[in-house]
Amino acid sequence: MENGLLGRMGIPRLIISLFLAFLVAMAFSYGLPMGQIFSAMLTRFGMNALLVMAMIPTIQAGAGPNFGLPFGIICGLIGATLAIELDLRNFTALFFAIGVSIPLGAFAGWLYGLLLNRVKGQEMTVGTYMGFSIVSLMCIFWLMAPYSSPEMVWPYGGDGLRVTVVLDGRMEQLLDRLWSFTIGSVRIPTGLLLVTIFCCILLWLFLRTRTGLAMSIVGSNPRFAEASGLNVNKYRMIASIISCAMGAAGIVIYSQSYGFIQLYQAPLYMALYSVSAILIGGASLQRATITQALIGTFLFNALLVIALPVANVAMDSDISEIMRVIISNGIILYALTRREVGGDAR
Amino acid sequence: MKLIQRNIVPILFIILCTIGFQYSGLSWMFFANDLMARLARNSFLVISLIIPVLAGMGLNFGIVLGAMAGQFAAFITVVHNLTGVGGFFAACVMAIPFAVLFGWLTGILFNKAKGKEMITGLILGFFANGVYQLICLIFIGWLIPISNKALLLPSGVGFVNTLDLKIWQYAIDKFYVFRARGIDIPVLKYLNNINIPVLTLVIVAILCTAVVLLFKTKLGQDFRAVGQNRHIAEIAGIKVDKVRIIAVIFSTVLAAWGQLIFLQNIGNVQVYGSHVQVGTFAVAALLIGGATVSKATIGQALLGTVLFHALFIVSPLAGKNLMGSAQVGEYFRVFIAYGVIGIALALHAWQRLAKKT
Repeated sequence: MENGLLGRMGIPRLIISLFLAFLVAMAFSYGLPMGQIFSAMLTRFGMNALLVMAMIPTIQAGAGPNFGLPFGIICGLIGATLAIELDLRNFTALFFAIGVSIPLGAFAGWLYGLLLNRVKGQEMTVGTYMGFSIVSLMCIFWLMAPYSSPEMVWPYGGDGLRVTVVLDGRMEQLLDRLWSFTIGSVRIPTGLLLVTIFCCILLWLFLRTRTGLAMSIVGSNPRFAEASGLNVNKYRMIASIISCAMGAAGIVIYSQSYGFIQLYQAPLYMALYSVSAILIGGASLQRATITQALIGTFLFNALLVIALPVANVAMDSDISEIMRVIISNGIILYALTRREVGGDAR
Repeated sequence: MKLIQRNIVPILFIILCTIGFQYSGLSWMFFANDLMARLARNSFLVISLIIPVLAGMGLNFGIVLGAMAGQFAAFITVVHNLTGVGGFFAACVMAIPFAVLFGWLTGILFNKAKGKEMITGLILGFFANGVYQLICLIFIGWLIPISNKALLLPSGVGFVNTLDLKIWQYAIDKFYVFRARGIDIPVLKYLNNINIPVLTLVIVAILCTAVVLLFKTKLGQDFRAVGQNRHIAEIAGIKVDKVRIIAVIFSTVLAAWGQLIFLQNIGNVQVYGSHVQVGTFAVAALLIGGATVSKATIGQALLGTVLFHALFIVSPLAGKNLMGSAQVGEYFRVFIAYGVIGIALALHAWQRLAKKT
């Protein structure tokens, strides 16, 4: 790594920041409603932050970004749908959903961890496909599961749950609206941001406990860790459990802010978007910090939020989805081809 | 006993397909004809995976780029209205430069990510799909002028969702169709009344022979040497990086042709969808045939194509009859495709780890 600003920032992050600045300038010059855009940026940042932070434990433990995040996401969706099935509302629903999701997610993470410890070195490929298969297996579950809440099943005798479940009046934007206020024309989703900060602090504290530090050592140098008596597999397992539990809670927070629970194929690529967000923040496949996760989440989502209206005005076609695909996968490719600093000690 | 152990995956799928066929209630005639058509149109794509496997690069998810190359060539024939068998072969020829370029770029990328080729190929497929959409949806009609406005969206920019390929549909499939009649021999009589697209099968057979012969040449031996051990091959004076790039180029070109054969059977291009699942389905088929990440034969490719697509044909109806919903069968086959790949990759990584320690 070279020193200096460029070295510290990394070329991709620099390019993306400049691009973002360019789009913001464009938006201003087109006279777009900037208040709305900045509010949307903040909301989307809060929506995704926890899902992106879920990447940190596994990266730190040397298992790479958690491409198996769908394992956790699925559990969060089960929690959220159960809350509606039981006809819960407001904070009861939210806390119930999160309360159910976290232990389920931890269990799924435990299973996933068993797998991860048997496929060292291939975690990313195996994780991706295992994630894809669990999402398609769960499609059958959503279709067959005996849910009966009329808000979730198809109204006219169709099979199973709807593709998107509306959270209107249940827990839609519950955190976003909590203590929210407006500065100028920018609405600050206070509750959502506070929850994000709370999660950051929890994770920060965890990474500084004995277990957390041991986990980072296992990741940065497995042989040294083994020689000093640390059980490598145990710490990788802990990382997987925490990561999936965070993914589970993360999707509940995501859904409440979005206002819909997306079922079936929707979680398929969510892991990829979280991976790319943290990489955009400057993380590598071996090292990641909370700051990088937050910066990455903000840059990635800000870019997506602003690209849509700007592209609509500039060339009246929807280029933002294409851009999202190119940028998110491009950054993962970049990370994959980077020479690994220190090499793989396994 | 050992034979069963070694072929456990295909055997499992034969059982699964048989059960599925029983419950689907399909007639043998319909099933066999559909399977024959699917075998003819998909086997080429599956075979295109073999060379990188033997060159030690694992399953080349990057064949999606080959499929895109094929589609670009197909678009050109549509725009210039090249019809019939000639149009089809013109597309095959025009696909080569695209495929060589894409394969070369893929190869360079794979060389920078040695040991992570599969995840790189997968992500590259997604990335390339973004670039492909950018070209087809934004550049076409804006930077790249198209004279035939009927092919474009109403705004005049970007291709419509579905392009008709009637101009060379069945160009080779219906070139000569053989249909057996009146066979009385007990087992073979099941072959009666099945439409056999002779030319397509001949082309596939030629390809199989060519791949076998390729591995007898110096280049083919280099592929194998690199596949067995990169470092020893390097010491033996083989230019490893170059050989790997050539392997990927071969794979990409074959995939482009494979996609064209697929399209001439289907008769239209889903501009934004036909290529997306090519990699996943081809890889799943190869693995179901009993191949692994480091070993694959032509027999496995063909057997895998038959089994995978047999499952594809029967699962919606079997799902409907067993579970009361055709959707279950649909999701089940997608799950099988992903699950087979996931399990095969996990087993491979597991075995390699066990060998190391």
